[in-house]
Amino acid sequence: MISSGSLPRVLHGSEGRPLSLAQHEEVFIAGTPFNVMHELEHSGLTGRGGAAFPTFRKVDLLRLQRGHNKSVVVNVMEGEPAAHKEFALAGANPHLILEGAQVLAGLIGAKRILVCVARDNPTVVNHLSRAIHELERRSLRGAKIELHTPPWRYVAGEESALVHWLNDNESLPQYRPERPSILRVGHSPVLVDNAETCANVALIARFGAEWFRKLGTEKSPGSTLVSLTGAVERSTVLEVSLGTPIRDILAAGHADMAPQALLLGGFGGTWLHGQHIDTPYANEHLGAHGANVGAGVMAVLPREACGVYETLRIVRWMANESARQCGPCAFGLPALAEDLTSITHSSKDPKAAYERLQSRCDSIEGRGACRHPDGVIQLVRSALIVFADDIAQHIVGRPCTGTQRPKHTITIPSLEHEDELIWE
Amino acid sequence: MGVVRRRSGSFVLKVNPILCDGFGHCHELAPELVDVDEWGYPIVATEPVALSNSGVLQSARYAVRGCPRQALSIERSNDAEKPQ
Repeated sequence: MISSGSLPRVLHGSEGRPLSLAQHEEVFIAGTPFNVMHELEHSGLTGRGGAAFPTFRKVDLLRLQRGHNKSVVVNVMEGEPAAHKEFALAGANPHLILEGAQVLAGLIGAKRILVCVARDNPTVVNHLSRAIHELERRSLRGAKIELHTPPWRYVAGEESALVHWLNDNESLPQYRPERPSILRVGHSPVLVDNAETCANVALIARFGAEWFRKLGTEKSPGSTLVSLTGAVERSTVLEVSLGTPIRDILAAGHADMAPQALLLGGFGGTWLHGQHIDTPYANEHLGAHGANVGAGVMAVLPREACGVYETLRIVRWMANESARQCGPCAFGLPALAEDLTSITHSSKDPKAAYERLQSRCDSIEGRGACRHPDGVIQLVRSALIVFADDIAQHIVGRPCTGTQRPKHTITIPSLEHEDELIWE
Repeated sequence: MGVVRRRSGSFVLKVNPILCDGFGHCHELAPELVDVDEWGYPIVATEPVALSNSGVLQSARYAVRGCPRQALSIERSNDAEKPQ
């Protein structure tokens, strides 16, 4: 680092031979008071798309990749039907997403930013296309921004499916045996980040890591968006500091304060028993109850609902949303839904179905190309633990009023016939 | 160019689940590594097998060659050869 009061300044380091790029970075960038890469590392930002992978490590991996035409993919697909966070984010400030993407593009040296919004979500498409037009009218620096509108499917938001679609193929998840794998559009590596992550990157680049860490816990700093649905006055998206007790989030969203259970993370997430609502909303605390923040969905299940039946409805829909590429997912998920149906119907030998369900969960786990079946199994397993009493009652054959309710708690899109699913 | 036989290290048989159509040949050819689920799709053992276990390695090779969809591959890892 150059000290402020001494010369040379401009001629620093030019003795003998010119500095290499690595030396230049060491002298002029690593020592500077505000270095975005450094701030990103110290902010401890994790991906907000569900996997909670440290963003810095991902950016660092992509930064070291070769490529003349690298790109940043902003994932605004909103795959979870229960989530509305990207809708809220794009409705509030689409420029924050784009600015974060530009920062990331600068960090990895990307030439293009590909903003992917599901075409079934026209409001978000409008917000983002307007924002991109505004940016283009101001002589745009850096990476070129493109808007892409893939079809909306649950698995189409998965990063390999998205990149596969950008490569002019169907939006189907791909098999990636080596981890960490680098996705490519054409031959050039791409960085795929969730819209919320991009927005957080923009904030970190503006205000720094210390500012970012003022909210949240030590291990999961910052704030996150929570899509609150189910037994609430009105479905809302709340921005909460990570580590806020779940009770406070429910109170802020005018939800049922004595819920039977909470669905956390999304349709491939977990159930959390209603007695744990004082747990702080952060991965390290939720982990003790087998749950995680996931994609930020929080669906409140009231006491009068039947958790097993709601799980069945979710699993049935998730089975239909499978891309039907891998046998264990294409055949296994409908089988899980069938077992859950047998558990809720006393005429179909629920005890055998319960045992079959557990063995099927063990045999399917980890055998798909993507994490879609694993997510469903995570949901089923947590349901078996959280609703253990309900299941015992179902197996005995007691009538369940929860299955007969005219309106169910968790809103699930209608099932489409296999032939009607659009993949490209 | 003869066959280089490695004594140390291990291998894992991996299946590409997208390519796999559940023919079940791998279960026939390498029953010690591949189990079959109720729909006929393979459940491949995930723990690494030592390369010195030549019988298992040979049947894994048979499975790779016998797969009609070419969905199987042998992934070698030489953890044992790494300097401590």
